[in-house]
Amino acid sequence: MNAQLSVDASVTRGAFTVTAAFDALPGRPVALVGPNGAGKSTLVAAIAGLLPLTSGLIRVGELVVSAGAASVPPELRRVGVVFQDFLLFPHLTVRDNVAFALRVRGAGRAVARAEAQPWLERFELDHLAGRHPAELSGGQAQRVALARALASDPEVLVLDEPMAALDVEVRDDVRADLARHLRDFGRPTVLVTHDAADVAAIADDVVVLQNGRITQHGTITALSDHPATPYVARLFGG
Amino acid sequence: MSGAPRERLSPLIAIAAGVGLAFLVLPLVALAIRAPWGTLPQLLTSGPVLQALGLSLLTALLSTALCLVFGIPLALLLSQSARWRLLPRRLLRAAITVPLVLPPVVGGIALLLLLGRRGLVGQFFADAGLGIPYTTGAVVIAQTFVAMPFLVFAVEGALGAADRRTEGAAATLGADRWQVFRYVTVPLVAPGVAAGAVLCFTRALGEFGATITFAGSLPGVTRTLPIASYLALQTDPEAAIALALLLLVVSVAVLVGLRDRWLPGVRA
Repeated sequence: MNAQLSVDASVTRGAFTVTAAFDALPGRPVALVGPNGAGKSTLVAAIAGLLPLTSGLIRVGELVVSAGAASVPPELRRVGVVFQDFLLFPHLTVRDNVAFALRVRGAGRAVARAEAQPWLERFELDHLAGRHPAELSGGQAQRVALARALASDPEVLVLDEPMAALDVEVRDDVRADLARHLRDFGRPTVLVTHDAADVAAIADDVVVLQNGRITQHGTITALSDHPATPYVARLFGG
Repeated sequence: MSGAPRERLSPLIAIAAGVGLAFLVLPLVALAIRAPWGTLPQLLTSGPVLQALGLSLLTALLSTALCLVFGIPLALLLSQSARWRLLPRRLLRAAITVPLVLPPVVGGIALLLLLGRRGLVGQFFADAGLGIPYTTGAVVIAQTFVAMPFLVFAVEGALGAADRRTEGAAATLGADRWQVFRYVTVPLVAPGVAAGAVLCFTRALGEFGATITFAGSLPGVTRTLPIASYLALQTDPEAAIALALLLLVVSVAVLVGLRDRWLPGVRA
């Protein structure tokens, strides 16, 4: 039951290679931080099964989901992803976005919609259920993306800069909501960000990625007390 | 009233543009003026006209369906080919473009050489007692040949405009390849598919050269509206004009429908 996510892998995209090793334990969200171009999104794609590894392993519990170029396809590996600009389905309503995972697992339209209902309520999307993604605010779209990913009952959740698309004024509220939902989720969670406030609100452990390498790995306290690089010092400085 | 001074076209260009416009519009005006409006209802409901109309609608619908079945996958292949090397990529695009620029009669002759009774492939069908040319099926094949590029390019354009990363998002939610195609890719490109299908249908409806070469002009079997109209011109000019008017109305209706419903960018 208490499956952890273990990453020990190299991924190459174009001329750029990311090499990283870290674990994410159930109920202990890991923040993956780093400057732009550090390789965070590449690593997310590899964990989601959208990019093959060059070498190494990714495991969810005992199950090896990626071993070198061989991998369990994304639709079978049960890694839920909240993408950077959410990538909601523009042609579907909020309700059908959330019901999508249930639908593709064989539930009929009516059953999938009924099963999506508790998720809509839990994420306060009930009153928006008939809207299309183009009619949502950033915070609402983020809740749909999270509800859609969680409704697929993932073993692991990865969030790729879920706050980046939001207006500054709403970030504090949205962040607090997100932290609450992720605590409820209770399974391995990786949060990609470059905002120290996100890290403080959500994560227990921090993995710092710079130029495709991990430069520091530890708790927030350890990192802010003993920053290994100027980037870490700037991020947690103050 | 501020801003850059309005540029006026030089008189020479204005005159040339006027001539060009008149050249495009006046033939249609002449058609409308000389149309036998009084006898139009009788002309358009005569047996041969209804027969040609029915055949045209049937074959154009069938060839549009064929274009959808094979053209959408071809558009996917074409959009994927962006990652290929230069030569195969260009060859694929050229192969799809050829029917667009080829004189339709040449297309008809080429179809005969492939599918005719002594054609490369057609001889085997003929041996089996299946003659392809000069059948209603041949009309559909000829129309599909000339109309396919319209569908492929419309769908390819829609694929280019859609955010393909949502397909990856669908996969992480448990959708297999077919489900991604069915539930995400197809709806995302649906407007392009619809526009392509309408263009395809219009092109098929107006097809003349490839059809008469490959399928001939057998009343009720291969004599479609454009062919009937052309033949009537020799014997019954009023009927020819009526048929031409009918084709014009269908084309304009398609243009108007397309502009308002599927090509919002065209709206002023």
